[in-house]
Amino acid sequence: MDAPPPLLQIEGLTRTYGRRIGCKDVSFSLWPGEILGVVGESGSGKSTLLNCLSAKLEPTAGRVLYTDRHGRAIDVWAASEPERRMLMRTDWGIVHQNPRDGLRMGVSAGANIGERLMAVGERHYGGIRREAETWMRRVEMDLDRIDDAPFTFSGGMQQRLQIARNLVSKPRLVFMDEPTGGLDVSVQARLLDLLRGLVTDLGLSAVIVTHDLAVTRLLAHRMIVMRRGEVVEAGLTDQVLDDPQHPYTQLLVSSILHP
Amino acid sequence: MTNAMREPLAGYNFAYLDEQMKRSIRRAILKAVAVPGYQVPFGSREMPLPYGWGTGGIQVTASIIGAEDVLKVIDQGADDTTNAVSIRQFFARTTGVATTERTAEATIIQTRHRIPERPLGPGQIIVYQVPIPEPLRWVEARETETRKMHALQEYGVMHVKLYEDIARFGCINTSYNYPVLVNGRYLMAPSPIPKFDNPKMDRNPALQLFGAGREKRIYAVPPFTSVKSLDFEDYPFDVQHWDHCCALCGAADSYLDEVVTDDRGGRMFVCSDTDYCGERRTAGHVGAGTPVALAAEAAE
Ligand SMILES: [Zn+2]
Repeated sequence: MDAPPPLLQIEGLTRTYGRRIGCKDVSFSLWPGEILGVVGESGSGKSTLLNCLSAKLEPTAGRVLYTDRHGRAIDVWAASEPERRMLMRTDWGIVHQNPRDGLRMGVSAGANIGERLMAVGERHYGGIRREAETWMRRVEMDLDRIDDAPFTFSGGMQQRLQIARNLVSKPRLVFMDEPTGGLDVSVQARLLDLLRGLVTDLGLSAVIVTHDLAVTRLLAHRMIVMRRGEVVEAGLTDQVLDDPQHPYTQLLVSSILHP
Repeated sequence: MTNAMREPLAGYNFAYLDEQMKRSIRRAILKAVAVPGYQVPFGSREMPLPYGWGTGGIQVTASIIGAEDVLKVIDQGADDTTNAVSIRQFFARTTGVATTERTAEATIIQTRHRIPERPLGPGQIIVYQVPIPEPLRWVEARETETRKMHALQEYGVMHVKLYEDIARFGCINTSYNYPVLVNGRYLMAPSPIPKFDNPKMDRNPALQLFGAGREKRIYAVPPFTSVKSLDFEDYPFDVQHWDHCCALCGAADSYLDEVVTDDRGGRMFVCSDTDYCGERRTAGHVGAGTPVALAAEAAE
């Protein structure tokens, strides 16, 4: 029996800004149900990489191949813009570090969650509202807040709302950019627990960009370490963190560096 | 009611705009008619009236009006408001065409905020004055992005707005400039007409043209084109209803304005379409006549 194809296949992905390198010659595969952590300091190229993967920033060279629900491989950057935008709001989800980039701050929590359903043609208000309630429960938000706007929520609640807003359309692949960044430690811990439960329950595939090794340890099956735009080490999370091979990874793990 | 043709004012081109400008606007109109509901950019001109006075509508009218046309101008349904009178006089002076207050007699009707109650017929053209042509503007300020959203039919966010209405008010509270889908393709702002008028746009035998002066956009709904108001399956589109009939003509099917009749709280509901109301009264229809509050007092 053939193994299923990788969900995401990255080949020689490079992005330069003039003469400056954003990321260089990055290759890896992401398999269905797998969580990949991308770790590095700020300026390591991990955000550039995430933007190229999630169809927000066109790479200078290389390919991003995505296998859709029908087993069809889509060359993301060779596809038409409508196709890309369709992927972004159906098959994919993106959780931004800053909730402002991922939420409509002026419309209610319920509408934020329901938007993706409406975008793909859901036209039953009662049904949309029930789905919004279901997802608020799943991310452990107070249902009484369903008609409140996100700007009245705490940072942790805004992140939960962002997660619900993305997962409601049952995406197959989620990109997360520092999902716990900027939150208090106790809030971070609860959010991480929630995320861990969700990815396990839903069998999600995800690419999580973070500077926080604890996030990687808790969520990622595999990880890559980036430095100055290049991948310096890749492997199973526990192996990399317990027995780092590259000197840079050793520095990161020994907490000599505080990324 | 109809004022006959006169000699146009000397020193101006017919309908004020020069012929080249009119031709370029007509090209935009043709494009708009070919792609119903699509906003076509045009080189809007300075007009001798301030923005907000319908300069977009005026330019559209100016570029299509001919010597044989009969023009009607309404504002909130009435022919005698300052805005309507100024625009009517502007065209009477610069073209000399006949003007009318009768919907039935007009070949071109320029309007702000209403569609006449009397059904329009083939050959008639209604020109809407549009302040904000982009229905997606509330959610997206960038023009490049809204154009993309139209191109890709990414209209889900409009339902977000309706969802918010229901969540907040228990019903779709948007009562004017209610978003529509034209010909099953383009999302369109019908201009600030009451949603009561939305059903009139659907498969209307008249040509409907929309002009936005400040925003430099023209769009159109050709005759007999489908115009559907957005809604939810469990909250279907509905128009305003009144508990009253028109106090003057007794009409039960027209859009009513509440009019204060005295300083003791007397008020009555009358047709906002003054021509429609007048026509009905001429035909012998009468309303209850008495202001609502006074009638209630009298009944006690
Ligand atoms: Zn009346």
